[in-house]
Parts: sequence; C-alpha cells; structure tokens
Amino acid sequence: MSTPPPLVGGPYLKQSPSVTAIMGLVMVALAPATLYGFYQFGWPAINLFVVTVASAWLCEAGVLKLTRQPLLPAVGDGSALLTGWLLAMTLPPWAPWWVGVMGSFFAIVLAKQVFGGLGQNLFNPAMVARVILLISFPVQMTYFVAPLPLGDLGAPGFLDGLAITFGFGVSGVDAVSSASILGHIKTELGQGVSWSTAFREAFEMRGMIFGTVPGSLGETSAPLLILGGMLLLGMRIITWHIPLAMMGTIAIMAGLFNVIDPLHYPDAWVHLLSGATVLGAFFIATDLVTSPSSPLGKIVFGVGCGALAYIIRTWGGYPEGIAFAVLIMNAATPLIDRYIKPRVYGRTTNGKPLEYGGGEK
Amino acid sequence: MGMMKLFRIRGGVHPQGRKSLSADQPIRDVPLPDLLHVPLQQHAGQPAEAVVKKGDLVLKGQVIAVGQGRISAPVHAPTSGTVVGLGRYTAPHPSGLPGRTITIRPDGKDAWADLPSPMDPFECEPGVIAKRVAESGIVGMGGAAFPSAVKLDLGRRFDLHTLIINGAECEPYLTCDDRLMREHPDEIVDGVRIMAHALGVERIVIAVEGNKPLAIRALAHASKDVSTIMIQEVPARYPMGSEKHLTQTLIGKETPARGLTAEIGVVVHNVATAMAVRDAVRFGRPLISRVVTVSGEGISNPGNFRTPIGTPVRHLIDHAGGLRGEPARLLLGGPMMGQPLADMKAPIVKGTNGILALADLPPTVAQNPCIRCASCVDACPCGLVPLEMSAAIRKEDMARATHLGLMDCIGCGSCAYVCPSSIPLVQYFNYAKGKITKQQRAEHKQMETKRLAEARTERMERVQREKREAMAQRKAAQTRTKPERSETQQDQDGEEVSA
Ligand code: SF4
Ligand code: SF4
Repeated sequence: MSTPPPLVGGPYLKQSPSVTAIMGLVMVALAPATLYGFYQFGWPAINLFVVTVASAWLCEAGVLKLTRQPLLPAVGDGSALLTGWLLAMTLPPWAPWWVGVMGSFFAIVLAKQVFGGLGQNLFNPAMVARVILLISFPVQMTYFVAPLPLGDLGAPGFLDGLAITFGFGVSGVDAVSSASILGHIKTELGQGVSWSTAFREAFEMRGMIFGTVPGSLGETSAPLLILGGMLLLGMRIITWHIPLAMMGTIAIMAGLFNVIDPLHYPDAWVHLLSGATVLGAFFIATDLVTSPSSPLGKIVFGVGCGALAYIIRTWGGYPEGIAFAVLIMNAATPLIDRYIKPRVYGRTTNGKPLEYGGGEK
Repeated sequence: MGMMKLFRIRGGVHPQGRKSLSADQPIRDVPLPDLLHVPLQQHAGQPAEAVVKKGDLVLKGQVIAVGQGRISAPVHAPTSGTVVGLGRYTAPHPSGLPGRTITIRPDGKDAWADLPSPMDPFECEPGVIAKRVAESGIVGMGGAAFPSAVKLDLGRRFDLHTLIINGAECEPYLTCDDRLMREHPDEIVDGVRIMAHALGVERIVIAVEGNKPLAIRALAHASKDVSTIMIQEVPARYPMGSEKHLTQTLIGKETPARGLTAEIGVVVHNVATAMAVRDAVRFGRPLISRVVTVSGEGISNPGNFRTPIGTPVRHLIDHAGGLRGEPARLLLGGPMMGQPLADMKAPIVKGTNGILALADLPPTVAQNPCIRCASCVDACPCGLVPLEMSAAIRKEDMARATHLGLMDCIGCGSCAYVCPSSIPLVQYFNYAKGKITKQQRAEHKQMETKRLAEARTERMERVQREKREAMAQRKAAQTRTKPERSETQQDQDGEEVSA
C-alpha cells in the first residue's frame, strides 16, 4: 500500500480543526433547519431521523468489523453520522423506517465503503442513497404531507409517530397527503395549467420561504439552511464558489426561461426556494470529498450542478433534479480536477516559466 | 512610513506568533564557551577549505578557511585562541552527521587580528564593496545562507531597480530581526544604503510585518532623512518572508519559476545581513557572531543572544536559563520551516536564526485519511495541489509528482499547517525531492558515461573509416596514371579533418 515517507519535515506548529471537528461543525450548521423540520413534521420525522442516523453509524461499524479494519478512527470521525443526517434531511418526513435503514445502507456500504472509505468515494453517499430509493420506492419517496407542527391539534403524538414510522399500531392521524411544490407544479403543467396558477392554488410564497409547506424533512426552510450555510462559510469549512455558482446558474436559467415563456416556466424564486436547492448548494454539492479542489474547478462544478438540476426539473421525468445533477457532476470531478488546477507561482497557465522580456543585461 | 500599494499573494496562513516570549528581551552577549566548533560549510555552495592547522594560534577575525569556487564563503575565527582540532564534528543538520569543523579553544583575550582597513563605501566602486563582503564571509542571515557577495554582484548581470530588505520575520517565535531593527536601526539603514550603492539601485524598500510596530517606528525614524528608503509595513501572513512572495507583495510581479528575483529587477537581502555588511565595510569586521533567538515553551528564560559562531547549542541554551523539562522537540530555526536538531553539541552557524525548545508537537503521522477538503490547495502560496502530489508520492509515482509541480514547492509547510487529517505533507515532499534529486544525479552521470562512450566509439569508427578511405585512395592512385588536381585537394581536406 503506502510507503513510509517519514524523514523530516515540519511544520512543528499546526492549527486546523480536526476531521471530527469539521463533521461536527457541519452538523451544527444543519441543526436549525433539522430542528425546524422536527417541529413541522412532528414525531414521525424525529423517528425517521434517529433511525437513519443510527443505521448509518451501524453500517459503518459493521463494514469495518466484517472487513477486519480498525474501528478507530473511522467510527469516531463523525462522517457516517453526517451522511446519515444529510440523507434523513432529504427523505419524506413520514416515510417508513425501512426507507431510512435501506438508504443508510446504500449510502455507507455501496457509496462509501466499497470505494475504500472516507475520502475515497467518487459519489456523494447521501445522494446515491436518495436516488436509489427514489427509483426503487417511488411511492414512499414521493409521499409528502402537509406540515402538522408538533403540539398542534391533530398532529401525531409520540405513539402515533411510532405507528407512522414503524407501522405497528394504528395512528389516529389524518394526514393531508400532498405533493411537494415542484411535484405539484410538474403535474399541473402536464395538465395544461400555468405554473403560477398551480402554485398559487396550493402554496403561498411566504410558506415557501418559511418552510410551512410539504417537502422533505430538512429541505423546506430556506432561511435556516442559508443561516447554516453562512456558518460554514464563516468557519471556512466551505468556500463560496459552489453555492454561488450553483444557485446563480439556477437563478439565471430560471429567470431567462420565465421571461421567454412566463406561463410554463416558474420564476427564479420558486426554483431557488423550493426542493433541495438551498440544502444542495450549501451542504450537498459542497461535500469535500466529492467536489473539485481548485477554486475555478469548484465554480465549474457549481455551474454544472445548477444547470443540470434546472434541466432535469424542467424537461426531465422527475420534478426534482438536484440529486441527479450532483451525482453527474461528481462523476465529472476527477476530470475537472485533472484539467483545472491553480496556476503555479511563477508559471503561465501552461506551466511554462513566466517571461517578462528584458531583465538580464 | 511607506504607503505603497501592496499586492495580494495567494494562499498563506496566519500562525500564532508566539513572539511575545522573547520579543521584549534586549539582545545580550553570550560569554565564550570552552570550545568553539566552527564548521567549514555554513553556507550554500562549496565548503571552505581550512588554512590553519592544529596548534595554530589564531586571532579574532582571522581567516581560518577560504572559500572554494564561485559560490562559497570564507570562515573567520570568532575569537582569539588555539586551534585544537581540525576534523569532523556534529553539524547543525537534522541528520546530525558530522561535517568538517575547526575547533578553537578561546584564550579569553578576545584579541583582534589586523582587520582590513575601513572603507568609505560611497567613494568606492560597487565591485569593491562586493569584494569586501565576500572576504568578510557574509552570507544571507535569514536562514538560506546564500553568499551575500554573489547577490550584491547581480547588478552587473541584471537591470535592477529595487533593493528589498527583508524584515518580515514571518516565522513564529523568532524575534532576532525584530530586536536588531529596534536596537540598531541606524546601523541597518547605513548597511542598506551601502548595499544599494553596491547594487547600483536607487530605490530601497525595507519590509516589516505589521506585528512589529516598534521596529517599524525605529526604522522610520532612522531613515527619515534618506529619501531613497521606504519603510513598508506588510501584512503578518506566513510565508511573507519568502523572498519571491515578499517581492510580489511589494512589486506585484511573480518571479519566473526557478528564476531569480533579479530577473524582475529586484534583489532581496535580510536586515541582519545589512548590519553585517556595514560592519564589514565600515570597520573591516568579518561575520563572526550573530543574534539568535532562543525560545519556546521548553526554555526557562527565552531571549535574544549575540552569539559567537561555533558556540554549541547547549552552551547557548544554558545561558537562556536551561531547558524546562525534556522538550518534545529541539529545532534550529522557526517552527514552520526549521530543522529538528539531533544533538545539542551542534554549533551555531551563520544561518542560525533561532533555537527552539517546543513543549508539545502536532501529530507527526496522519490522523485520518485525506478528506479532499482542499484546505491545502487554498493555503499553498505557490498554487500547487498538495493533496494530489502527496497521493502520487504515496504511490511512488515521482514522475507525476514532478509533473504536478513538486519542484516548485518551497517547503513552507502552509499546507500541512491547515490539514485537518494531519497528513505529514512536507515529509512526503522532502522525501520525494530527495529521491528525485538523487535520481537526476544518477541519470546525469549515466548520460555523461553514455556520451563519453559514444564519443569514443565514434572516434574509433572515424579512425577506421579514414584508414579504409586512405587505403582505397592509395589503390586508386596506383591504378590511375595521373590524378586530377581537384581530387588531390579533397584528399588533403580529408586529411586535415582527421588530424
Ligand atoms: S509546502 Fe509546498 S505544497 Fe505545501 S504549501 Fe508550501 S509550497 Fe505549497
Ligand atoms: S488539507 Fe489534508 S485532508 Fe484536506 S485535501 Fe489537503 S491533504 Fe487532504
């Protein structure tokens, strides 16, 4: 495997958050939107979250155990918990427990450990899981409910929650089953209704901003997700390149088509504030392992994610395209990294030493 | 104070300064140790060659070894005394391997030799100054120890416009340059002017990091009547003291890869070097001592010490109150680019700016696999992709590492400083650079052998061919009754070539 490089080499002073600290910070950044999701969708959402995160961790430990690798530091680095967490954020909140378990299995075993573990995976594990689930279990994965905030009359209590998530007992809750915003618009457009009519009938802009709309567990509250994103930017865990490039591209494309044909193409705000756009731009596409390493490469990656997501949403078969877009761009990342590198000091972009002419007498 | 427009450099890090440990300690003299071990190789280039033998009495400032070749520097006796040894002794190098060293037992008189006569620098030819600097054994005192005279002579080869004096001192802990600037600003300004005269440049920028306001103020005061000198504050950002990056910050131009700053009209010298140049020119004093910062959490009384060259590290540390417990690591130089010190017997040399005893160390083995976070890419001041270089080196793919720019890496350690997985990136790079240099040397040798062999074969073949041709011609001459004149001419030409 690896050769022992050690010889000597500094630095003898060092300052950086550890891998565990980075994972922890991302979780802190996710917490506000997650808690809000719990509040909106109640006990079933909490159950699903716990099941998904716990099974992600167990899958990681299980694989290490089976392949006789040391459990530490891998199980302590927080990366499996974070993957489970991100996956849970993208699931329909009232999905049954086995959706979370299978998703975690796909994410950790197929998308991460098969590739060699932390840092080796080509594809974003949470997105791999989401896409497999979506294709395999389209019914469960598109069953959204209107929010029933915790403590509201008619919201599922703890036992109801268990019944919904684990399927035993009978819940006395009448959930208003509903489509997500993008799903609803897509269906209505197919039936000849203009997007704005469809949109206005079902949702309010305010609801969309504040997340009081049906949608995935942790995707509905744009302001809280942006808050978390700002924290990541401030702590220098991520850079601005991917979020800005991705959301900017979506906004520009949506704006453009909306100007061309306002009846059929939802405006930029709908695209930016609904579905997985904000979560995707700040937390998913920016995944350290599966995104390019150079600043320019990140911009290319972000633009690609945004453009593909818009194309899939608009002309593809699925109402939501973020997960597909991110996976496609993940596949392009090695290529991006190969061809887009920072310019080396004192050299041209072609790698030739700079020349100024003159100089030497 | 200057108000230049500064240019941003790529990458870099903001390490904790930890300079307060020694920044307020005035420079103090170190008493002479029992023995001084003066290495013959204290500079970049060829080692000097001893001109004294065991038993010789030497006077302070006397030449004890002369430079060899174009890039080298002579060595002088740091004090008066007897040469008691001429052999190999522990060198201040991570390997701790011995190098050729002259050992002197001081006689306590500290008696000066006859020194070269003082010069009025502004009355002499620039070349004369460079010559004096060469004879005085002055080398870059910022750490690189490149012979200063060679750099003072660049005005002859390049069109220079600016002399930059490096007072950045960007390595944590180190304060020797800071103290020098605070305590001897007038001498530094004088030295700087002498250097500018030698180089034939009119514009001088003394660059100091913003974390040394007192040094900046002292220099500004000392240079207030010198219109050619500008004291410029630069951001405290590692590696600001890297010659090429400092130049870029001030001038806005990158030095071509593998090239010299002189190619863009700039020469960079360190503040301590400027002071040494002044001593050499004005007083004929060679470089026989330097200021060394002794610091770190493992030192009882950190401080800045004017230390005779050849003083054993242990003597210096004892003078700084000794060690506080067993240090986790002893270092020569700063914590970012310094070298571990294998043995406290090793002497202080011209390029030693600091001795550090660190109480705790960051992990030296990777704590996690690379998570491709790209922090190293963002931190690299040279635009490299450390994660890919280290991955290539791990696979022993040196060709790929080279292609990725390994040889453009200045070894600053910014990448490893920020790596969340604590991957020892610089260790990988040092390992690979060593390996590649060795490989290149072997290849060079192989090519040289091949070239010689080919030349020999060719020569043999030519001799054979000529013999055959001569034979054929003789035959032809015999069969022909009267050779034509032009043919004869050709024969003669042929003869000439082979001669
Ligand atoms: S050590 Fe080399 S690769 Fe690392 S930051 Fe410095 S120049 Fe870049
Ligand atoms: S900083 Fe360390 S973990 Fe991050 S990409 Fe570079 S080598 Fe990998």
